[in-house]
Amino acid sequence: MITNEDILHLAKLARLQVAEADVLGYQTDLEAILGYVNKLKELDTEGVPEMAHADGSTNVSREDVAVVCPVDERTAMIGAFPVRSGDLLEVQAVFANRTE
Amino acid sequence: MNPSELTILEAAKLMREKKLTAYDLVSSCLERIEADNGEINALVSVSKTALDEAKAIDARRSSGEDLPMLAGIPLAIKDNIMVKGWMASAGSRILENHTAAYDATVVAQLRAQGAIFIGRANMDEFAMGSSSESCHFGVVRNPVDRERVPGGSSGGSAAAVAAGFALGALGSDTGGSVRQPASLCGVTGLKPTYGRVSRYGLIALASSLDQIGPLAKTAADVAVILSAIEGNDPKDATSSGPYETYLPEIDTEPSVEGVRIGIPKEYFLDGMDERVKASVMYAVRQLEKKGAKIVEVSLPTTEYALAVYYLVMPAEASSNLARFDGMRYGLSAGGATLQETYERTRGEGFGAEAKRRIMLGTYVLSKGYYDAYYRKALKARERIRLDFEDAFKVCDVIASPTSPTVAWKIGEKFGDPLTMYLSDIYTISANLAGIPAISVPCGTADGLPVGLQLMGKPFDEKTLLRVACTQQKT
Repeated sequence: MITNEDILHLAKLARLQVAEADVLGYQTDLEAILGYVNKLKELDTEGVPEMAHADGSTNVSREDVAVVCPVDERTAMIGAFPVRSGDLLEVQAVFANRTE
Repeated sequence: MNPSELTILEAAKLMREKKLTAYDLVSSCLERIEADNGEINALVSVSKTALDEAKAIDARRSSGEDLPMLAGIPLAIKDNIMVKGWMASAGSRILENHTAAYDATVVAQLRAQGAIFIGRANMDEFAMGSSSESCHFGVVRNPVDRERVPGGSSGGSAAAVAAGFALGALGSDTGGSVRQPASLCGVTGLKPTYGRVSRYGLIALASSLDQIGPLAKTAADVAVILSAIEGNDPKDATSSGPYETYLPEIDTEPSVEGVRIGIPKEYFLDGMDERVKASVMYAVRQLEKKGAKIVEVSLPTTEYALAVYYLVMPAEASSNLARFDGMRYGLSAGGATLQETYERTRGEGFGAEAKRRIMLGTYVLSKGYYDAYYRKALKARERIRLDFEDAFKVCDVIASPTSPTVAWKIGEKFGDPLTMYLSDIYTISANLAGIPAISVPCGTADGLPVGLQLMGKPFDEKTLLRVACTQQKT
C-alpha cells in the first residue's frame, strides 16, 4: 500500500520536486507496479546466490597510472559547469547556517 | 536503386568497385531525411559535416587507399551515446543543452573505420520506454505506418534505418530497447552479450543490464557493425574479449546444418497473438528445412522475469540518475538552498517516466524494503540465468517472438505504465541473463512487421548471427 505521504517522502529522498497535482498519478502507478512485482514472493530462492553482474567478473582493476585528460576535453567539461570561478566548479554551500 | 535503400554490404561493395561514391550515398540519405524526418522525427539533429566527410572518404579511396567496410557508410547514433562536439541529451530536458566532451569508445571505433555519423537518433528519455513517446524532442513515428509507434527506447535508431535516413544505427538495449523497435519497424537489431561492447560514453540507465547494440536492414550488416565496435576497453571494467567474430563477407553461404534451435514452452502460451506466433513458427520451420533441429526447452522462471526486471532496473536507474544534480553539467535550476536546487533541477529536468522509475528504485532500495525487493530480485535473476544455462545444454539458440504484438497506435498504451512494461516480456530475460539476442524480421501481420528473436549462449554471437543470416536468405 503506497500512500500520498509515501510518494512525497520518496520524492524527498530522491531529491525530486513533484507537483501536488501529480502525486495521485504516481501513487496509482507505483501501487500497480509494486502489486505486479509482488508476485516474486511466490518464487523459491532459498539457497540461490545473488547475481550481481552478468559476466561474473569481480574486482577488475587497472594499472595505477595517471592518464592525462586531453586539453580540449578538459576545456569542454569545464565549459559545461553551470557556475564556475575560473577553472573551478562553484557549488552551493552544503550547510545553510554557519555558526562560528 | 536509390542508394539509401542499399544494405551496408551492398553499398560497401559498390564503393569498392567505384560504382558508388560516399558522397552520393550520404546525399541520398540526406534527401530522405529532408523529405520525411519532419514527420517521422527519428533524428533530433542532422550532421552538418556529413557531406564533407563523405568527400574526404571518396578522396582517400581515389588515391588508392584500401578502406574498411564501414568507410563512407552513414550511421545514426542514439542520443545517449557521446559523439564529441555533438549534443548528447539522452532524450531529456535535463541534458537538452549538453555537449559531449569526448567520443564514446564505440564512436571512436566507428570513426576510425571512416563511418559517417549522419545524426542523433531520437529516444525515450534516458532510454526508459517501449514506444518512443516519452521523448523530450517529440514522439517518433513508425515509417511503416506513421500512426503507430516505432517501439522504444531506440525508436529513432530503428525508424532512421527503416526510413532510409541511415544504413545502420547504434542503439542501447537495457530490456529490449534495440530489439523491440527493430521488430516493430521491420529491421534487424542485436543486443550483444553483456561485456562484449564497451559502455564507455553511454549515458547509463541500468549499468548491469545496458549494452550498446547495432541496428541495420540485415543480420549481415549488424554483424559488420558489431565487428567494428566489440572488444575489451580499459575504460569499461565490465567489458571483456576479444571473442570470435562473425564475418558475413567471408561466410557467404551461411548454414544451420546441425544447429539445435530451442523453443521455450513458457514463451508460447494460450492467448498470445496468433498472427505473431504463426509468423515466428513459419520462420522456425524454414530454418528446420535448411537443416536445423528443433527442440523444446523450458525456462521455468520466465513468468517472474518482468518482475525481476522492474526491480533491478529502477534500482540501478535511481542510483545512476542521482548524478544529475544541477551542479556539474546539464540543467541547473537555482534554489535558495542546496536541497531546493536539487529538487527544482530534477523536478523540472526529468519527465514523468524518469520520475516514476527513480521513485520506484528509491523505494525498493530503502531500509525495510531492500531484502524483500532488491535482494530477492538478485536471487531470482540468478535463477533466470541458470534457466538459460540449463536450456543451452540441449540447444544452441533459442527462438521466440521479439514482441508479443505488432506496432500499436500512438497513445494507445501511453497512459498505463504497467501495460507498456508488458510489451518487453520476451526481451528482458536476455538482459537479466547477460546473453546475446537478435531480432530479425519474419513477415508481417496486417501489413505490420513481426520480429523473430533468437537468443544465444554468452559470447556466441557467431552462431546467433549465422542462424540469423541463414534465416534472412530464405
